[in-house]
Amino acid sequence: MSIELQCPVPHFNHETIQMAHGAGGVLSRELTRKVFLPCFGNSSLDTLDDQAKLSIGAGKIAFTTDTFVVSPIFFPGGTIGDLAVSGTVNDLAVGGAIPLYLSAGFVLEEGFPLTDLQKVVSSMADAADKAGVQIVTGDTKVVEKGQCDGIFINTSGIGVIKNGIDISCTNLKPGDSIIVSGTLGDHGMAVMAARKGLSFQSDIISDTRSLSALISEILDEVPEVHAMRDPTRGGLAATLNELAEASRKGIVLDESTLPVRPDVQGASELLGIDPLNVANEGKVVVAVPRESAEKVLRVMQRHAYPSAGDAAIIGEVVDEHPGMVIVRTFLGSKRILEMPLGEQLPRIC
Amino acid sequence: MKFIDEYRDSDRARNILKKIEDTVTKPWTIMEICGGQTHSIVRNGIDQLLPDGVRLIHGPGCPVCVTPLDILDRALSIVSKPGVILASFGDMLRVPGSRETLSVAKSGGADVRVVFSPLEALNIARENPQHEVFFLAIGFETTAPGNAMAIKQAARENLRNFSELVSQFMVPPAMRAILSSEKNMIQGFLAAGHVCTVTGYEEYERIGEEFHVPIVPTGFEPVDILSGILRVIEMLESGRSGVHNEYGRVVSREGNPVAKKVVDEVFHVADGHWRGIGVIPQSGLQLRDEFAPFDTQKKFNVADIQPDESPLCRSGDVLRGMITPERCEAFGKECTPLKPLGAPMVSAEGACAAYYKYHGKVL
Repeated sequence: MSIELQCPVPHFNHETIQMAHGAGGVLSRELTRKVFLPCFGNSSLDTLDDQAKLSIGAGKIAFTTDTFVVSPIFFPGGTIGDLAVSGTVNDLAVGGAIPLYLSAGFVLEEGFPLTDLQKVVSSMADAADKAGVQIVTGDTKVVEKGQCDGIFINTSGIGVIKNGIDISCTNLKPGDSIIVSGTLGDHGMAVMAARKGLSFQSDIISDTRSLSALISEILDEVPEVHAMRDPTRGGLAATLNELAEASRKGIVLDESTLPVRPDVQGASELLGIDPLNVANEGKVVVAVPRESAEKVLRVMQRHAYPSAGDAAIIGEVVDEHPGMVIVRTFLGSKRILEMPLGEQLPRIC
Repeated sequence: MKFIDEYRDSDRARNILKKIEDTVTKPWTIMEICGGQTHSIVRNGIDQLLPDGVRLIHGPGCPVCVTPLDILDRALSIVSKPGVILASFGDMLRVPGSRETLSVAKSGGADVRVVFSPLEALNIARENPQHEVFFLAIGFETTAPGNAMAIKQAARENLRNFSELVSQFMVPPAMRAILSSEKNMIQGFLAAGHVCTVTGYEEYERIGEEFHVPIVPTGFEPVDILSGILRVIEMLESGRSGVHNEYGRVVSREGNPVAKKVVDEVFHVADGHWRGIGVIPQSGLQLRDEFAPFDTQKKFNVADIQPDESPLCRSGDVLRGMITPERCEAFGKECTPLKPLGAPMVSAEGACAAYYKYHGKVL
């Protein structure tokens, strides 16, 4: 018996799922465009924002979901649990929403230590408390040994969007300043350093944390923000390429302003990885009219972690080369900042 | 960071650029041997800033690019056998074999593991005594000492489930081959700093004298590369040849004697088959007979390997410096990092990938 597919059948360069399909780069985008959008497409999903903005009655809510498969599950600066809470809270907050409620779904592997589960769940509770959200529903499934890597967590979240806020990755305008709230690549590099088999000593800790308070303050002072994203998988490079492409605008970055910790820079070079492709879990990128940029920067500096000097205006939106991100190097030459292809290393976040 | 920041200093870099402009009186063609230098040049846009007459040609020094297709096909064939684990540097996973990549084989169930050193591969062998573990030992004089150490250690421990699929090359024979070619246009070299750290530069002095070319070992930071270019141009302009070491903070004339000794103990010199280039006499390293039990090729007798290169790919011409990547008709069309035809589009050190990533398309 043959099954007739109802949606367009995609043509792939790859016939099977590769690790890179989950890494937030070109292959992840291809999967979304060629498999999910043709079957699920609708006006909320098609924007490819981190959250769907839904009109219910007179108001608007934001709705999002994310699944966390990080390895190792305990890493310097966080756990898979607080990552699962903060990640979903942040996906709501970057849409201009106030996060309110989360669900938590667990896939547990037979033999997973209960003490580890307890630690993960406690870290989730702490993170939810700090972010001002409640975990109001959940689900648990157990699979046989070898069928998952200890623990996978899915979190979904709902938040409300205040009237007058219109933030989307399609909203970049020429003349916007691009601002980042702190140093780049800390989370991904902390996780890599903690991975089995990678034996270099480092004091790099993950930046995993909720951004809802910071974003709420930014929006209170600068409601005219055009776009926001948290640069998670694929790092700053993936985020800016997505913004440029969705808005059909160009972005020019000034290399000398990009905040990267020296130890993250050093570890990246050791591994042959560009820190701009490395994941962050507690940073936000904001596009805002140039005249409001300093105001946003000041709010970020009040919240900056670990130091106030890390937030920076890193570039601007231009009409030229739509869909592309260009870096002005420290020597004054130019290069393209490409969308990363796929995984830097498996399962960073 | 000491030894880093001062080599990324924009004032210092601009001063050297100005000196290059002041020194150049005629066109010169210089080859940077190493893929790491290629990436630094393109990433920092150094090629855009040089005076018009100064042309940089990318050399064959990308270890992933020159690993022959049959080695990759062999690795794919061996890892498809039950109970076998392949340990490899991450770069090799996306290199196209004749039919598939290691990454695709991995998704199909092959046990392919990414490691950061051959010693990590040894650990996998220790932890999996019921499995055969082989390491894809590729690279130039820089990786050879580590790969040799792993073999020596395996022999010391009598770790008979470990072996290496060796594809090691040496740079000086390739430089001689390029300079001996009738079509050669290279007038001076930036020699690969990390290779010279191991080997020293005595052999380069002989090449410089024999072919009357300037050779300047240099590092990978923008100031290193610009200083190297300036020194080559100064030597060219004044008719001097030979070696001037611009990477004195790590490179010495005699190199690293301990590393050289372990390489000599484990490997012997043999003809080397470079992907895209062909056989270069006495340019490869193979395991000595006494280490035969650790030689993957001898352990697994894989017959019927018939590599099938794409006829569109001109990576050989790129690796020999005959063309720059964008002059290959397939560049950016049939061949992209997502669907590469040849290894230079895959490796982080490949010239085609560097061009595509940093400025091949529009700049």
